Amino acid sequence: MIAVLLILVPLIGGLALFTIKNEGSAKSFALFASIATMVVSVLGLTVMNSHSNLNCDVSWLPMLNSRFHIGLDGMGQLLCLLTTISFPLIFIATWNNTYKDANRFYALMLLSQAGLIGVFLAMDALLFYFFWELALIPVYFLSSIWGGEKRIAATFKFFIYTFVGSLIMLVGIIYIYFQAQQTFDLKAWYDLKLDPATQNWLFWLLFGAFAIKMPIWPFHTWQPDAYEQSPTAVTMVLSGIMVKMGVFAVIRWLAPVLPDGTYLWGDTVSLLCLTGMIYASLIAIKQDDLKRLIAYSSIAHVGLMCLAIFASDKSGLQGAMIQMFSHGINIIGLWIVANAIETKYGTRKISELGGLAQKDPALAILLVIIALANIALPLTNGFVGEFMMFNGIFSSSVTKYGVLDMAVAGICIILSAVYMLNMIKKIFYGSGNALTQSGTPTAVPVLFSLSVIVVLIFITGVYPKPMLQLTNDTVDAILKYMKISI
Amino acid sequence: MNAIIFSAIWGVLMMFSGIFIKTKAVIRNLAIAGVAILLLLNLGEQNHMVVFHINVRNMLVFDSFGLLFNSVAFASTLIYLLLSAKDVEAVGVNLAEYFALIFFVLCGVSIASSFNTLLLLFLGIEIISIPLYILTGSDKKNLKSNEASLKYFLMGSFSTGIMLMGIALIYGATGSFAVVNMAKIIDGFIPVMMAGLLLLLISMSFKVSAAPFHFWTPDVYDGAPTVFTSFMATIVKAGVFVAFVRLFDAAYGASLPQWRLSIAFIIAATLFIGNITAVFQQSVKRMLAYSSIAQAGFMFFALFGYNEYAKEGIILYAAAYSLATIGIFAILIKMKDYTFDGYNGLAKQQPLLAATNTIFLLSLAGIPATAGFFAKYYMLVAAVKNGAYLWLVIFAVLCAAVSAYYYFRVIQAMYFKEGNGQVKEVSSAFKIILVLLAGIVILLGLFPQLLLFRLYF
Repeated sequence: MIAVLLILVPLIGGLALFTIKNEGSAKSFALFASIATMVVSVLGLTVMNSHSNLNCDVSWLPMLNSRFHIGLDGMGQLLCLLTTISFPLIFIATWNNTYKDANRFYALMLLSQAGLIGVFLAMDALLFYFFWELALIPVYFLSSIWGGEKRIAATFKFFIYTFVGSLIMLVGIIYIYFQAQQTFDLKAWYDLKLDPATQNWLFWLLFGAFAIKMPIWPFHTWQPDAYEQSPTAVTMVLSGIMVKMGVFAVIRWLAPVLPDGTYLWGDTVSLLCLTGMIYASLIAIKQDDLKRLIAYSSIAHVGLMCLAIFASDKSGLQGAMIQMFSHGINIIGLWIVANAIETKYGTRKISELGGLAQKDPALAILLVIIALANIALPLTNGFVGEFMMFNGIFSSSVTKYGVLDMAVAGICIILSAVYMLNMIKKIFYGSGNALTQSGTPTAVPVLFSLSVIVVLIFITGVYPKPMLQLTNDTVDAILKYMKISI
Repeated sequence: MNAIIFSAIWGVLMMFSGIFIKTKAVIRNLAIAGVAILLLLNLGEQNHMVVFHINVRNMLVFDSFGLLFNSVAFASTLIYLLLSAKDVEAVGVNLAEYFALIFFVLCGVSIASSFNTLLLLFLGIEIISIPLYILTGSDKKNLKSNEASLKYFLMGSFSTGIMLMGIALIYGATGSFAVVNMAKIIDGFIPVMMAGLLLLLISMSFKVSAAPFHFWTPDVYDGAPTVFTSFMATIVKAGVFVAFVRLFDAAYGASLPQWRLSIAFIIAATLFIGNITAVFQQSVKRMLAYSSIAQAGFMFFALFGYNEYAKEGIILYAAAYSLATIGIFAILIKMKDYTFDGYNGLAKQQPLLAATNTIFLLSLAGIPATAGFFAKYYMLVAAVKNGAYLWLVIFAVLCAAVSAYYYFRVIQAMYFKEGNGQVKEVSSAFKIILVLLAGIVILLGLFPQLLLFRLYF
């Protein structure tokens, strides 16, 4: 029931929005629908968390033996919560943005939410593929219609990249389907033990799609352009939630299904992750465009999550899950600030800004907290996740290079402090210029969203235990299936 | 049997109606009614209600596969006529004759979907082809149309010759035209038989415009009046493909591993040439011509796979591809400018046309929740099931990604570019049928079994 509602509410809300022509009521309706989805998700987490409420398994394609099987486990709960919390926050923070054809904008946003939640809920591989692709289509239209100047080319690059990845993944899915006695069921796939030689090449058919989505270097080139050119509300969805699809898919659909493949390619993928982290951090230091800076910082953080997963260690895996949530919240906070600055001053060049703290102290304080969480300072949510991931990478039993991996990843944390603090210094402190002197305090909706994020940062940073308990069972189950046979 | 007899009778009726009836609307409605009755009769035959009992001496077989395809083809034709019958009037004065020719083509399609001897295969293919030569050249005062017609006729005659030669050689080897006998003798390597099969393969590949026998396609599709291109590129092509699958089923099946490499070559070449060339087109009509080559490459997987998925897949592909392409062509006919730029800003002028066109294009690109996804999916499953040749499958999906490039160019023009795409007048009935068609495309994309379960009656 809960599981079905989680998809249905945004889906129906999105379709209904196409008929609401008035901009004001469209906005309110979208916010209402997104809050309703959040309520459903919280209900599923707390009161109505019986098995029958969280699962739905009905016949869909009898001829292909594919079922409409969705369900919420701990990891699914966590990511659904991230998705359902993010959308109201995004809508509130961008309340004062105006879009032409606003109702379509919000409709497509809700449709993409339905697709994203579907990805996190799917327990059937074909259904998973269905949602995986469907989440992309609304985002493609959102970015191409309401994006920046070079939006068409940038979004199309993004689309083609992910489409190629998905199609190759589809071949992999079909191959495993035949190996698993023609079933798409997740449990059956977990119990399927393919021989290591097959897993060795099959790994890349699936991982290609996930690596593009995350993105992992060198599959990342679509990302900075797409983030920069998309309207900021969409960028929040892209970087806050959509990249988590890739991380999530590796944990759910790759590592337990192809444990030997994951093991065999672990060091290679780790090398790619580390290269990407260093590379993205260095570029971020040099960036003058606020949006691109956040985009590159996102590549670095996602690289660390991927690295932790391939360490196949309990602490690392749990850290990656926590970090998926934390990073989603934090990065959305950063985008909200970027959006507030861009709408107010008409520029997002760091060099053209300065001294904003005098005019806008509230925004400055909130941004500093979010930035510190992004650097993973203790007491913030970023610290919990990153500490556990480092722990996992260090004590990993599947690689000889655990210490080295950790050392290089540690450098990236320092680099992230460099570009984050540098950005704060240049934008908020120092002397202002003519442009920033005209500044006014930030609007209330923006501050409200940021405050909620800051509260979440501290709650999950000081008391992460509920989240750890939530994901504990999933992590144990995944690790059980990740046992290698070679 | 219902379909073959009735379509021939109605075709003749249509021809004479041109003499007695002078109102265009009546002729048009007569044609639409004919196709509707044809569809009903065929649906009846699917439920074992046979009107015309004729002893065909086992030269034709009416099984669920052929009959289901007939239904798909007739339903597509019905939608095609509902959308575009008015545009047939714009081609020339011989309105009744055009419709008559369409009925003769449908007669050929029904023969080709149920043949059991090579003789009737030949008849079916020829009954399909000859009316098409005429339809291609129906725009008599247009040089391009004449050129296309002549080209099509000459190339088509060649392939007919090759087919006859192949049939003759097979007859020499087996002493019979019956396709069942071909399967029996095929185990051993008999040079005459192999040569015959090869010639048959070439001529059929020509008819479905598979590379490297595709050179006639772009010019013919581009030169023919657009409303007939729509018919040729969809229903006719799918019909020939179904004949091809039947032929393979009976004749090549036993020795399939030997043929697989040559078919893999044809698939790879067709996908590559079709997709890459389509990328460089400036005219949507010509792009659709190359896209039809590219889609033929995917349909070819039905021959390559040769298992139950292939049969289900070709039916679904025929439906998905025909419906989507008919829709796109119906909108194309209404455009004043056939280039990509002609579509600029269409979403503002005609939001409904743009939205339905998007669904059709997404279906052709194979995006989930449209019929095109499951069509491609079945083809890939049929191919992967055989295990070997995984490289071909990966090559095919990469080509599918390339196809997204040119399909999405139309979407980009409609939605993201400024401009005023000029559209001719469209009636509200036209719009309703478009929405209906888009609904069918999405419905089949969610529940393909609605169509496919009929295969197992």
